Parts: sequence; C-alpha cells; structure tokens
Amino acid sequence: MSRKITIEPVTRVEGHGKVTIYMDDQNNVRESRLHIVEFRGFERFVQGRPYWEMPVLVQRLCGICPVSHHLAAAKALDVIVGAGTGDGLTAVGEKMRRLMHYGQFFQSHVLHFFHLSSPDFLFGFDGDPMKRNIIGVAMENRELAVQGVMMRKFGQEVIRLTAGKKIHGTGAVPGGINKNLTIEERDELLKGPDPMNADKMVEWSIAALDFFKSYHKANRKMVDDFAAFPSNHLSMIRKDGALDIYHGVLRAVDAEGKIILNDVDYQDYEKYLEEEVRDWSYMKFPYLKEYGKEQGWYRVGPLARLNVCDFIPTPLAQKEFEEFRAYTNGKPNNMSLHYHWARLIEVLHCAEVIRDLLNDPDLQNEDLVVKGEKRHRGVGVIEAPRGTLFHHYEINDDDLVTMANLIVSTTNNNEPMNRAVNHTANAMLNGHTEITEGMMNAVEVAIRAYDPCLSCATHALGQMPLEITLINNENKIIDHKTK
Amino acid sequence: MSTTLRFKIDGKEIIAEPGQTIVEAARANGVYIPTLCNFEGLPPKGCCRMCTVKLNKRYMTACTTPVADGMEVESNTPEINDFRKGIVELLFVSGNHFCPACEKSGNCELQALAYRFRMLVPRFPYLFPQKGIDASSPKLIKEQNRCIMCKRCIKAIKDEEGRSYFAYQNRGNKLEVILDEKLGKEISDALARKAMDTCPVGSIIYKELGYYQPIGKRKYDKKPIGSDIEIQQ
Repeated sequence: MSRKITIEPVTRVEGHGKVTIYMDDQNNVRESRLHIVEFRGFERFVQGRPYWEMPVLVQRLCGICPVSHHLAAAKALDVIVGAGTGDGLTAVGEKMRRLMHYGQFFQSHVLHFFHLSSPDFLFGFDGDPMKRNIIGVAMENRELAVQGVMMRKFGQEVIRLTAGKKIHGTGAVPGGINKNLTIEERDELLKGPDPMNADKMVEWSIAALDFFKSYHKANRKMVDDFAAFPSNHLSMIRKDGALDIYHGVLRAVDAEGKIILNDVDYQDYEKYLEEEVRDWSYMKFPYLKEYGKEQGWYRVGPLARLNVCDFIPTPLAQKEFEEFRAYTNGKPNNMSLHYHWARLIEVLHCAEVIRDLLNDPDLQNEDLVVKGEKRHRGVGVIEAPRGTLFHHYEINDDDLVTMANLIVSTTNNNEPMNRAVNHTANAMLNGHTEITEGMMNAVEVAIRAYDPCLSCATHALGQMPLEITLINNENKIIDHKTK
Repeated sequence: MSTTLRFKIDGKEIIAEPGQTIVEAARANGVYIPTLCNFEGLPPKGCCRMCTVKLNKRYMTACTTPVADGMEVESNTPEINDFRKGIVELLFVSGNHFCPACEKSGNCELQALAYRFRMLVPRFPYLFPQKGIDASSPKLIKEQNRCIMCKRCIKAIKDEEGRSYFAYQNRGNKLEVILDEKLGKEISDALARKAMDTCPVGSIIYKELGYYQPIGKRKYDKKPIGSDIEIQQ
C-alpha cells in the first residue's frame, strides 16, 4: 500500500516549511517535495513608498540577516541616486558597509552552525530529540556552546556599532552611510576584554573549523555521500575572482567546473535569470535562462561560493580553501554536508576581514555620502549568508517606488533543497514500512545544510515548523508526523 | 507693586508672569506638561488636548489657559496621565503609524509620548484608514497615513504674503491637511526643511534625507520627551 509522509514543521531552520514524501506499494519513494507554506508580499506593498525607505523597510523581511536586505536595497538605491553601481562610494562608505556585512555574515553563520546544526553532529541524526538542541550542546560540550554564543554576540556587536542597532538598524543610506566608526567604537571590537575581540574570533573560528574537520574525518563516508548530487553553482565574486560577499560580478560554474555564466554585471540579471512558479509552493524556482528549467538550476550559498571563486583574499581562510578544493581535486564540491565545511571557512574569512577592517583608518573618515545624476532603475546584489540576493527597484519622477523584485538567497536554493530532500528520502526510507524520528531528522539535516531562511524566501511571516506525510499511490494518507 | 504671579502645579510653587499660559509658566519653572499641537512661537490652539490639566475640578487645556494668582493645577496625576495616554492611543489607531520603517522614528513627538506614557498596545481597535501619499512637490512628501491634523504646518509655513502652504481639506472623517499643489512646487529649500521640523510626526518629509541621523543621535533616543524641561529644575 502506498503512503504519504509529511514532516511539519521543519525544525531548526529559519521560517516555516513542510516536507511531503509519496511512497509506492513497495515502500519506495515515488516523489518528495519541500513546500514553503508562507506568503508575504513585500514586493507589492513597497510600491508607492519613497525609495529611500527601502533599506529600512525591506530588511524587516528577516530578523536573522536583515543586514543583507538592508545592504542589497542600499546598493540598488546607490545606482538610483547616481552613486555608481557598488564601487562609487567613498572609502568610509564602502568599508563601513563591508564591516556591517562581514559582522552579520559572521553571526549568522555561527548561529547556524552552533545553534542549529551542531546538535546533529554532537548527538547523531537519530540522537535523543530532547538533547538534540543548543541546550543539549551546552550540557554536553560547554566550551563549544559558549564559543557559539560569544561569537554570535561579537558579530551582533559589529552590527550595532555600524548600523545603530543589532537588528534592523539604519546604517546604510542611498549613496553611503549615516555614521562612521569612532576610535572608541573601534577599540571596543579590536581590544575588547577577552573573549570579545577580533583576535579571539579568529582563534575560535579555527577551532570551530577543526571541530567539523575532525567530525568529517571520523564520519567521512556518511558526510561525503549524504545528499550528494551534481549541480551548477552560482555566486557573486570580485572581478579578479576573489571571494567577495559585498560587491562584484556574477559567475556560475557547472558540476565539472566549467564556467557557464562568465563574470556578468548584475545590473543585467534579468538577461540571465528566470523564475519558474510551481503550484505546490509559494517559493519560486530560479534558473539560468540559457540552460532552461531542467539544466539551468543551481546551488548558491557557502558551497557554491567556494566552488565559484578562484581564491580567498585572507591568508588563513585561503589555506583552508586550498585544502577544501584539494579534497575534490579542484573540481566543484557537490556534497550537501560540505556546506558546513564551506560555511566555517567563510566564518574564518569574516573574522580575518573584520580584524583587518578595524585597523583601517578610513573608517574614521567623515565623507559619508555621495550622490550624482538620478536614475529610475537600480539593481543591488549581495552575497547573503545563505546565497546570492537580488534587489531590483524602479521609481517614478516623484521618487516613489513603482516596481520591486527580490530574488532571495533561499529561493535560489529551492531546486537543490528539493533534490536533497528527495535524495535523503530515497536513501533513508526506501523499503521501510515504519518511519522513525531519526529518519525524519535525516531529511531535516539535508534541508538544514542549506541553512534556508524560508520566511525571507517567500516573504512570509511566522516560525518554522516541519511535517512529513506518507501517501499511497491512491493518494490516501497512511502516516503523518508533525514536529 | 510686584508683577509676578504665584500658583501651584501638583503642589509645586510656580512663579509666572502675567499673560503667560500654564504651559509656558510650567516650562519656565522646570515642570513638563505634555503638548502636541502646541508649538513655540505660534498662537496656542488647544486642539489636541494633550496638555489637559485639572483646575477647580474642571479639565482645561494648559496651552490656552492664562495663569492666575493662587490657582492650583493638577497635572501629573494617574487620572490625567491616563487621559493623555488615551489620546496618544486614539491618534495611533486613527492613522497608519508604522514606526519600524518611518524615518521620523526617534524624532517623532507622537512616538516619544507613547514611550513616555508606556503605551504598549492601544486599547482601541485600529481603523486602518485608506490614506494616500502626495509626492508631487519636488522638495516635500505629504504622508497622510501619519498626519494627526495638529495644524502646526498650516500656522507656521507661510509665504511672504502670509499665504499658508498647507490647508485643511474635506470634513469629518475625510478631513486631511494638504500641501497646496502650486505652492508646493515652488517651496524654498529653507521653508521645506522648516516644514519637516514643524511637523511633530512623519507626515511632512523633506525628500531624500531619510535616516541621515544615526540611531543614538536622534532627539529621543536617549532621553524621554520633556526631560529637557525637567532637567532645568
């Protein structure tokens, strides 16, 4: 008898989603889907608002990485106010924004690894659910939990001192920023009492990376095989090929490493990207136009960024990057759980960049804003923690927004996440008549690797639950489990 | 013969000059009586009722009532503060005030009063009225969602011939303050900035300035509204 399994809500991810798995008579997975069941509508209700409100208004999409939306919108508006396409700001303008962004990247990645994912590694995918959470981590490995909490706090402090608030600040304005970093604020981050200083963050980032690498060493086959499948990878990179999460050009590579989108200007993103709508999800499915829906889908996020870039412009992270690339003989890495590895290399990179930026005297300059000839259209792209984020605005002569289009990081990862769910469901459930909690969590582990922010992706509201339903081939529900 | 008058607010002796209103005398003596439609330099109107005080068992607007020798005024009492809080709540529900994305946030008198009176959520149902936004002036935006109809702009923003740039339009629940279409297109930079500063809320916005003041440097970020008056004590 065929069945439908539902996992709802998906836990330890940002937002609200559910998984449906259809099983046939022989208890094999026939089909699986990750549904995003929330709906918001930011693109519609920002219409008619003054354009300069966008960075502050649209960041309300998310409480985890609002800085990404804040900066992507600000970058789009830089174009509109004639301040260039991302590289026309003053030194202090660009560097303050970078500091804010790297601070946010650092805290968001740390939140994901320590709070959301480390319980799976510490207690096993089928560990006791009562322990498999951040409180369990704190009880089992206090040092690891404290590092996670303090690293996140440090990133939040960087945001506070650059944006005015830890969550939903106002630092970036069209054409620049509204504050620089005072010497006192700089020293708070640079020379703060242990452990709240930039050097300690670099040290702890290396320790977190070592924790994952030792887990990988002990569980190599599982980590490498879990939800591994070939895909294209897309990311923004610096013009010279360096990893750059604030500004650059768009590049995509295929599963073998061949460049299929060659360093194009993101102002023209509509020429290269298209979004497909499917009737069972509020989240769209973007793909590269040239390669079509079937072949053009791609991964974004930490794994994609390290597959796309040529090098990382800080020494310690570059060393780790070389090891990461060598693991797949220089070819793109297509293993879902290696997202964690890539993410932790980025954490180290962010810690290095924050430390270096804090030592840069440009941060105390006072020429905060530049403006030029006004335009009516602007596109801002940024690498958010979860992947490439597009903001596109058009305005009228009265300075009101007439059109907004947002392609959010998690939306880009929609197809790969669905594939990861399908891959894991096949591996874990095929041939089983009973669904265990551990099997369900394995499906969630696959989703969690992508660190999805489902609220952002659908522009939706609410917490993030997961449900699995088992349906037979007559579409009758056989089993249903909710978390 | 002495020209000073003496009276009491909540038992505190106030020394005043003849012709002063209760609000003016209180302010000069370091006592804060909350106001909203009242604006220094403009004749008082008493339309928002925020400055309501109790005098001889009657409720009076302190911004329009002249001082008199020996009078005893009640102001900072639980009963009167609850009335004032109610007025703030009514203003919130009768407009569309979304502080999180409003560029006046931190400099807004209505928001500051809500904080001062510890308003967490209004007691009254939100009306969510359909309001528009007039952005046709090259310098100003008139955001009707946030207008509290205090008339400050109508009284303060005038050209050399005394013509007001702002005016009431319609009546009853359709009443709104509009920016004159023709004058709005010609308004000077200085007057446009003055209009924004005169507005107690985020209804008159000088274009393209948004969020130029960082969080922490805005008027009410560190200290509640009225504390500048109370400090003078």
